[in-house]
Amino acid sequence: MKLSRRGALKRLLAGSAAVFLVPVSALAKWAEKAFNATKLDEAIKLLWPNAKLEKSDKVRLKAPEIAENGAVVPVTIGSDLPNVKSMAIFVEKNPSPLTSKFDLFKDAKPEFSLRIRMGETSKVIAAVETTDGKVYFTEKEVKVTIGGCGG
Amino acid sequence: MALNRREFIHLLAAGAGAGLLSACGRDMSPGALKDGLAYDLPTFGNARLLHITDTHAQLLPIYFREPNVNLGVGPMKGRPPHLVGHHFLKYFGIPEGTQLAHALTYLDFEEMAQRYGKVGGFAHLATLVNKYRNEFGPDNTLLLDGGDTWQGSGTALWTQGEDMVKACNALGVDVMTGHWEFTYPEEVVLANVEKFKGEFVAQNVIATEEALFDDVPVFDEDTGHVFKPYTIKTLNGHRVAIIGQAFPYTPIANPKRFIPHWTFGIRDSEMQNIVNKVREQEKVDAVIVLSHNGMDVDLKMASVVSGIDVILGGHTHDGVPKPVLVENTGGKTLVTNAGSNGKFLGVLDLDIGKGRVKGYRYHLMPVFSRLLAPDQAMESLITELRRPYVDKLEEKLAVCDELLYRRGNFNGTFDQIICDAQRVVGDAQISLSPGFRWGTTVLPGQDITMERVLDQTAMTYPETYVREMKGADIKRILEDVCDNLFNKDPYYQQGGDMVRVGGMDYVCEPGAEMGQRISHMTLDDGTPIEAGKTYKVAGWATVGSKAPGAPIWEVVSTYLRDNKSVKINKLNVPKLKGVKDNPGIEDYPGEILS
Repeated sequence: MKLSRRGALKRLLAGSAAVFLVPVSALAKWAEKAFNATKLDEAIKLLWPNAKLEKSDKVRLKAPEIAENGAVVPVTIGSDLPNVKSMAIFVEKNPSPLTSKFDLFKDAKPEFSLRIRMGETSKVIAAVETTDGKVYFTEKEVKVTIGGCGG
Repeated sequence: MALNRREFIHLLAAGAGAGLLSACGRDMSPGALKDGLAYDLPTFGNARLLHITDTHAQLLPIYFREPNVNLGVGPMKGRPPHLVGHHFLKYFGIPEGTQLAHALTYLDFEEMAQRYGKVGGFAHLATLVNKYRNEFGPDNTLLLDGGDTWQGSGTALWTQGEDMVKACNALGVDVMTGHWEFTYPEEVVLANVEKFKGEFVAQNVIATEEALFDDVPVFDEDTGHVFKPYTIKTLNGHRVAIIGQAFPYTPIANPKRFIPHWTFGIRDSEMQNIVNKVREQEKVDAVIVLSHNGMDVDLKMASVVSGIDVILGGHTHDGVPKPVLVENTGGKTLVTNAGSNGKFLGVLDLDIGKGRVKGYRYHLMPVFSRLLAPDQAMESLITELRRPYVDKLEEKLAVCDELLYRRGNFNGTFDQIICDAQRVVGDAQISLSPGFRWGTTVLPGQDITMERVLDQTAMTYPETYVREMKGADIKRILEDVCDNLFNKDPYYQQGGDMVRVGGMDYVCEPGAEMGQRISHMTLDDGTPIEAGKTYKVAGWATVGSKAPGAPIWEVVSTYLRDNKSVKINKLNVPKLKGVKDNPGIEDYPGEILS
C-alpha cells in the first residue's frame, strides 16, 4: 500500500509507528552540561571534547533562509558519511546553542527532521560525529525577521 | 520631440534588441499608430508565451512612474534590474527622450506623461493580447500571469479579488501563480481559484503537517502541495512545462493569519526535482517557470537550479526590456521581469525542437492606452464590474501641485502624504508606512480621487495604530526592513522597498551589514531620537496581529478632504552613504553623503 503524506502522518501520530521515533538520545547518557552551555564553542567542547570540527558537504542541513515563525523553524539534518555515531544541531545565538543531539544505532539512517526555536537571526550548525571520533559540520544562516512591508 | 510610428517600432525593437533580435523594417502608413500597427512584431519560432505580472488590479489605464532609486548592493550593484534613468537607457541602448525611454524610466516624467498619456488598462491590454494570440494562433500561444492580480484597487478589495478573476477569464489567462492573492482568507483563495478558468500553479505552497492531519483541502495528499505544482501544455505539437513559483515569503511579508495552514519558501531543491521529473518522465521539450520570486531571487535560482529554459518573473516590478542569460551546470536560463500595473506585456517567441529550446525572441511591449483601441467586450465588463462602486471611487478629495508617486527604495511623494496624514490625524510625532511597490501615479494638478488613494492602500490589513515606541524599537524596525531590501544574498531578501517614514530623518548605508545600516535618527526639528526614550508613532498594515484603528484610506481621505489643496512640506528621505557611484540612483531628492 502506498501511503500518502497525510496517511503516513496520521499513522505516525496515531502511534503505530511512533515506537521507532523515540529519540535514541533518550536512551543514551543525557548530555546535560552541553545542553546548558551558553556559548557555541563551549557546547561543542562539552559534547566532543577532543574533536576538531571539519566543514563537509557530506553533512546536509535543510532550513529556510527566512523563518516563517522563529518559534518553530523546520530543519532537517542528514549525512552521507559512513559510520555515523551521533548528530547535533546548534543555533549560535540561542541562549543555549545546542538544540538537539541524536545518538544513532548502527545502520540507522542518519536523517532527522525537527523544529527548533530561534530567538533571533543566527547561524544554524549541523554537526555529525563518526565512529572514528571525527566531527564534520555544515552551516546556514536563518533569518528571524519581524516581517511586513513586502510588496 | 514627437515620435512617428516608424521611430516607435524601431525603438521597440532596439530596446528589446541585441542577441537574437532583429529590428522590424516594415513600412506603415500615417495614422497607423491608432490602429495599433506600431505593435507589429516579426514572427519567430513555433510557440509564443505572453506574460503579464503584478497588474495589481488596475483595470483602467493609469500613470505609473518608474523609480529613480533602485539600488543594487553586493554582486547586484549596477546589474539589471538595479539601473535607473540615464544608466538604464545607456545599458539597454535606448535613446533618451523617446516614448520607449518614457515607458522604462522616470526621466522627465510629468512632461512625457502629458505627451504620451496613460498606460495599461485591461481593455487595451486585451486588444494587444488578442492581436499577438491571433497572429501566432491560439493553439500555439499561452497567456501567463505571474500574480499580484487580485489586489491593488478598491474594486478588487471589495469583491475579494473576484472582479479580477472575471477580467482574467475574459483576457484568457491560461496559467497563473500568486502572492497578494494569499492576503485573502484561504477559503476565498480556493473559491477564486475554482472560478478561475485557467490553472493556478505553485510548487512552493505546501500544507503544514498539522493542516494535513486536519484534512484541509490540498491538490496532492502525497506531497502536500496545496495547488498543482506545474502543468504541461502542448504548443504546436511540443510539450511545454509551466512550473509555478509563488512568492516564497508570503507568510512573513504579509499576515500569516489569512493562510494559517500553508507554508511557503524558495524550495529550490524541490524545484530542481520537478524540473528533473518533467524532463525525464514527462519528456517535455521546454521548461518554463512562472515566478513571483522577484528578479534578484530569480537570478540566483537560475544559477542554482539547472534545466529551466526561461524564468518569467515578477514581484519586484522591474520593467526589464532584455532577458538576463544566467549560466548554470545544465546550460543557460533566461530570466525576465515584466514590470507592473498592466504597463507591459512580455512577448516571448520560442523555437522549440525535440527536448530543447533552439532560439528565442523577447519583446517587452509597453501598453500605451492611446495607441491601442480598447477591446469592446473587456470595456463593457470593466464598466459592469465598477458600476456599484463608481461614485465612491470617483470622489474628488484634493489636488496637489506636485507629482505623486510611490515607487523607489525610499519615500515617494504619495507615501509622504500618507505619512503626513497619519501624523496629523493621529497626532503622532513619527509615522511609518510600508514600502510597497504597487500604487499608481498622479500628475500635478490632477484630482486625487478616492480611487487613487485606494490604489495606494487597498488591502485586507489596512488597520492603523497610534502607539508609544522606544527609539530602539524604531531603529530595530528600520534595520529589519532595510536588511530585507539590501541583504547581499537575494535569498534573504523579501522584495518591497524601505519602510516610509514621516516626522523623522536618518542616515542609511545600504551596503553595510545587518544592524549597521541605520544611524543618526532625528526628529524633523533635528532633535536626536534616543534609544531609551518613548515616541508616539502612527502606522498601518501590521502583519502580526490586527491593529485597532480605522483603515488607512479613511485616515488619508480625511486628511485630503480637510486640506483640499495638499502640500508636501518635507520629503523624509534618508541621507545615503556608499551609493555615490551606484547606477541605481539618480536625481535623488535627499543628500548623498558618499
